[in-house]
Amino acid sequence: MNALKQYIDLYDQHRDAIEQQSPALLNTLRRLARERLEGARLPRKGSEDYEATDLEAVFGHDYGVNVNRLPFDADPAEAFHCDVPNMSTCLYYNSNDAFHSSATAERNIGQVVVEPFSMAAEDYPDLMKAYLGQLANMDDPTVALNSLLLQDGLFIYVPDGVVAERPIQLVNIFNAALDMMAQRRLLIIVGKNAAVKLLACDHTQSADYRYLSNQVIEIVAMQGATVDYYDMEESTPGTSRVSSIYVDQHEGSNVLIDGITLTNGFTRNNYHVEVNGEHAETQLLGMTIASGEQHVDSHTFISHNMPRCHSNEMFKYVLNDNAVGAFAGKILVKPSCPRVEAYQGNRNLCGAPTAKMYTKPQLEIYTDDVMCSHGSAVGQLDEEALFYMRTRGIGIDEARRLLMQAFVADVIDGVRLDALKDRLHYLVEKRFAGTLSNCSGCLAACRN
Amino acid sequence: MLVIKNLQASIEDKQILKGIDLTVKPGEVHAIMGPNGSGKSTLSAVLTGNPAYTVTGGSVEFYGKDLLALSPEDRAHEGLFLSFQYPVEIPGVSMVNFMRTALNEKRKYFGQEPLSAADFLKIMREKRSIVQLDNKLASRAVNEGFSGGEKKRNEIFQMAMLEPKLSILDETDSGLDIDALRIVASGVNTLKSKDNATIVITHYQRLLDYIKPDFVHVLYKGRIVMSAGPELALELEEKGYDWIKEQVDSQQ
Repeated sequence: MNALKQYIDLYDQHRDAIEQQSPALLNTLRRLARERLEGARLPRKGSEDYEATDLEAVFGHDYGVNVNRLPFDADPAEAFHCDVPNMSTCLYYNSNDAFHSSATAERNIGQVVVEPFSMAAEDYPDLMKAYLGQLANMDDPTVALNSLLLQDGLFIYVPDGVVAERPIQLVNIFNAALDMMAQRRLLIIVGKNAAVKLLACDHTQSADYRYLSNQVIEIVAMQGATVDYYDMEESTPGTSRVSSIYVDQHEGSNVLIDGITLTNGFTRNNYHVEVNGEHAETQLLGMTIASGEQHVDSHTFISHNMPRCHSNEMFKYVLNDNAVGAFAGKILVKPSCPRVEAYQGNRNLCGAPTAKMYTKPQLEIYTDDVMCSHGSAVGQLDEEALFYMRTRGIGIDEARRLLMQAFVADVIDGVRLDALKDRLHYLVEKRFAGTLSNCSGCLAACRN
Repeated sequence: MLVIKNLQASIEDKQILKGIDLTVKPGEVHAIMGPNGSGKSTLSAVLTGNPAYTVTGGSVEFYGKDLLALSPEDRAHEGLFLSFQYPVEIPGVSMVNFMRTALNEKRKYFGQEPLSAADFLKIMREKRSIVQLDNKLASRAVNEGFSGGEKKRNEIFQMAMLEPKLSILDETDSGLDIDALRIVASGVNTLKSKDNATIVITHYQRLLDYIKPDFVHVLYKGRIVMSAGPELALELEEKGYDWIKEQVDSQQ
């Protein structure tokens, strides 16, 4: 079986329809992708970098693809009352595979550009041409597939020197009444000394269908730019997601990427950071809370290509029931990159004997004068602490919850958006208490 | 309030308690002394329900209830408290959150509504002053980075918050300088009433200068081998345990 074939065949049959409804720029990319996919296979479990994860099986399901760009009639803004308390964002919706902007989207107008590729191709053809597809690596068949079937995406551009006043929030929703795969794509360009905070939330509204989100995000942080990208998934057991984030950091830029999984079905998150300028800072954070049959696999690569940069990476997992977690992280320090500081940590808590964690921390250093460390640990809840709490009258379940919450607290505290940080502490508390139902707990529906 | 009969307990198949008999009434202070390894801390662990220990015989009644049948948290709700010899550090859980959860769990057990934030903070402020615990400590993670003295004061602070009927102080004097010892002892004495009782586990007479016991028991090889009034503690301070050991060993 070759799961890719069904999608390639679909493309070959509907090429004209797909191309007619897309900007020419995407079609150029598409042709390249088609070439790359010739003979390509999705990785199976056990292949390199996929020790715990079977992409062939994930894509093997017969998902519908919205080739003809049929509109989904539901207006996402009506279904969601979106607001993080105390945080006023510029809000955008991606309903299945189509963008909608909300009333609050206007808030940064005049400073920050947020528009679909179809518009950006006309408004900012040079930027689109220069950057789209430049970072994402089509050797990865999921990236090539995204490029092959992509019909729209969101272009976010913060011009030089502009500091976005409000965070930009993108709510990705699955609510189609059929099993469906969506190609989602973001191109984020943050100019010199510009700054922006982005929050992407993945939600699934219907538990009755199976969905697959295959997403590619490219982030360019120019000289002195500051970029926060928070990526939070609260989906359903029937939702799968393959996400690849590519980051290009220029001199003195400061980038924070934070991947959070609270509920999901199957998730593979790839993070690829190229540090291409001196004095750049990178924070790469991840937090996974998984129970039931949830599967969360994170794969990170930070390449220090220039001297005097600083990266800090920490991924934490709390796994219960039959949940499976995987982390593989690699930090590369290239030759002639002195004074690089790079730290990587992965800490995991298995709350049940049936939960499984796979972890593979890696450092590859080709320069002498650097400070680097990596470490990984898998453990259980501290029995002594549990007993101590119980002698104070805190019941075993509550004590376990407090300890699990405490375990991830420092990753949440790494969030540089206070309102989101508070909200995350609250959501995580609810998640451990088992009261985070899919929609009531979702950021977008927090007034429910 | 507490009636222990022929209590036997083991850890990893090693028999530690070999038949303890002890009765504690409200208003009393009992000191349990004894050489290292005699089973003092095991007794406190078994009474509070530490899952590492297995009760192999005997019974414990607490206000008529079978204490051994209760979970550790229910024992706490019923009024049992242990001041740990080595208080556990819990990074990431703030003292405020910890204590509020503990108090509200107890209220839930008795069918009461949770405390309001304002009421809780008021109680916390009040009780903190009993052991002169800094407000900064109260806002930090449970015992994390606390000095030895701060940890013990924090234990007594928790005792003040939970208002137990029976408190077991396990080597509360270990690692304390003389000032901290005074503060801790005065805290315990402040909390003492005719309705509650205290079991003080200690190696030394020193703590008993501050917390006056009504009864002194000597634990050796898993049994209480001698019980007397406070004068026994002074005698032990002077003569050590060897004479008791010889007496017991020769009887065997």
